[in-house]
Amino acid sequence: MSDLRMVVCCKQVLDPEAPPSSFKVDAKTMRMTLPPDIKQVIGQYDEFALEAALRIRDKAGGKITVLSLGNNMARDVIKKSLAVGADELVLLEDAAFEDSDSWSTAYALSKAVQKLDGYDVIFCGRQSSDWDAGQVGAGLAELLGLPVVTLARKVEAVDGKLRIEQVIPDGYQVIEVDTPAVVTVTSELGNLRYAILKGIMAAARKQPIVWTPADLGLDTTEVGEPGRRLQLNRLFQPVKEAHCEMVEGENAAEAGANLAIRLREAKLI
Amino acid sequence: MKEYKGVLVYGEVAGGKLSSTTCELLGCGRKLADELGQNVACVVASDAPGDSVAEAGARGADAVYTAELTKDAAGSAAVHVALAAQAIAAAAPAVVLIGHTALGRELGPRLAFRLGAAVATDCIDLQIDPDSKTVVMTKPVYGGNALAEFAARAAPQIATVRPKAMSAGEPNPSHPAETIQLAAEPATEPVKVLERVQEEVTGVKLEDASVVVSGGRGAGGAEPFGTVLKELADVLHAAVGASRPPCDNGWAPEALHIGLTGKIVAPDLYVAVAISGASQHMAGCSGSKTIVAINKDAEANIFLEANYGVVGKFEDVLPAFTQKLRELLTD
Repeated sequence: MSDLRMVVCCKQVLDPEAPPSSFKVDAKTMRMTLPPDIKQVIGQYDEFALEAALRIRDKAGGKITVLSLGNNMARDVIKKSLAVGADELVLLEDAAFEDSDSWSTAYALSKAVQKLDGYDVIFCGRQSSDWDAGQVGAGLAELLGLPVVTLARKVEAVDGKLRIEQVIPDGYQVIEVDTPAVVTVTSELGNLRYAILKGIMAAARKQPIVWTPADLGLDTTEVGEPGRRLQLNRLFQPVKEAHCEMVEGENAAEAGANLAIRLREAKLI
Repeated sequence: MKEYKGVLVYGEVAGGKLSSTTCELLGCGRKLADELGQNVACVVASDAPGDSVAEAGARGADAVYTAELTKDAAGSAAVHVALAAQAIAAAAPAVVLIGHTALGRELGPRLAFRLGAAVATDCIDLQIDPDSKTVVMTKPVYGGNALAEFAARAAPQIATVRPKAMSAGEPNPSHPAETIQLAAEPATEPVKVLERVQEEVTGVKLEDASVVVSGGRGAGGAEPFGTVLKELADVLHAAVGASRPPCDNGWAPEALHIGLTGKIVAPDLYVAVAISGASQHMAGCSGSKTIVAINKDAEANIFLEANYGVVGKFEDVLPAFTQKLRELLTD
């Protein structure tokens, strides 16, 4: 079998690991914000997806193309994918892509995938780390008429097929699927490897390919906000009030015993 | 243009009965349909439906679409996508409700993209907008750091609904329902299940437990899950759970993962040990009646969510807590 041509969809997002209190909604634009000193990142599940592709290439060879959609993407953030070893980075980058939903994102990505020089596997994170929709992988599969295997925790290329361990509620199942296929990846697959210096140097020399809606044959009504199927009407943060009764003691052990007594008094146990 | 009316629930069957999530969807669907003055339909497609067809009627469905499946077909999301599409073509519902379950997470988006419709996933609230009569779909976003309200721009309006977010209501066995047979949908995808591996979890089942003891990143390793956490759980007849880091690090099996991308629990008592309380974890346990937090960091977010808290190292707090509970509970 010839080398696998792998596509990994990566989204640049606000850092989901930022302290919860630092997330603030801009009610006017209906966008989430973080303080400017907290850098954006590649979505955590997308990083696991990239790691899945890198592991296959470690063993079986192949080519990895990273696709990302957005506007004004920070090059040092998204080029991390090149630094850890992706062969090629294609950005769907234009103001018209702003405020996309799962539909307009998957639609544009499906056109970009078809413009590539062939593909065998498309990897996506199980869900984005911002809107948590979990739709783009399944959506791409439907738009391209491909099978999809969701929630992969291990992916191997075996005899021209993919062998995938899929997480199910009480364990996992081993699935074999023909290529081309879409695979969505979950956190148990493991963290994305660190970039080594050689990779960082090589990434610095590479320039991403940039495609606009016109390059994909897309009308501006089909992308970004106008292309949405799901309309965002309100984004808000419910006010949380602490209501925690702190139980204390002379030391931690006594506090533990006092907690038991308190829970008994409150008839909770 | 075709007129879309009514609510369609895509049911799931577990152990010859409707799943608890399906009962919640029917409770919610009945309410929405009554507000619109319209009907509820339910799909029951299973290899072992048991009493679930009658149960769907008793839970408020006016029509039940059924399909008898082979075991392989019942486990294939692709088959359920095709069946759901078929039921939607027949019923032309305005609203489609699917559980945000292992099946629903795949079924919802695939169905929406196949139909050119819109889906809001992991919704925790659905309301009819009084003016437009469309559904306002509310879902947590940014790992639970905000809520978003969505409206569909294409029909039907599809929502996957978070388990335990809606109440099931009481069944009424005399509620009449007609039964309609769906055509068989063969599994045509080049996807083959080679092996199924159940990860052994002993003790009380997590989703059904009335008390859950959970460990987090601060547990520092696998050991506490087999010792102090387990001892506490045993005394409380509780199930043991975990936040994401212990599962990703292999300290606890994935089946114990509670959170946005794991299981959703809503026990009477949730004891969070060495869990910082990230929004992604709280998404899986915020429905608990009472939350008790034990954490060495007094500033941890979990204390904003908990009802009772102790600041201290779990290694010091738990043995004394467990011992005192043992005394109190044997009195």
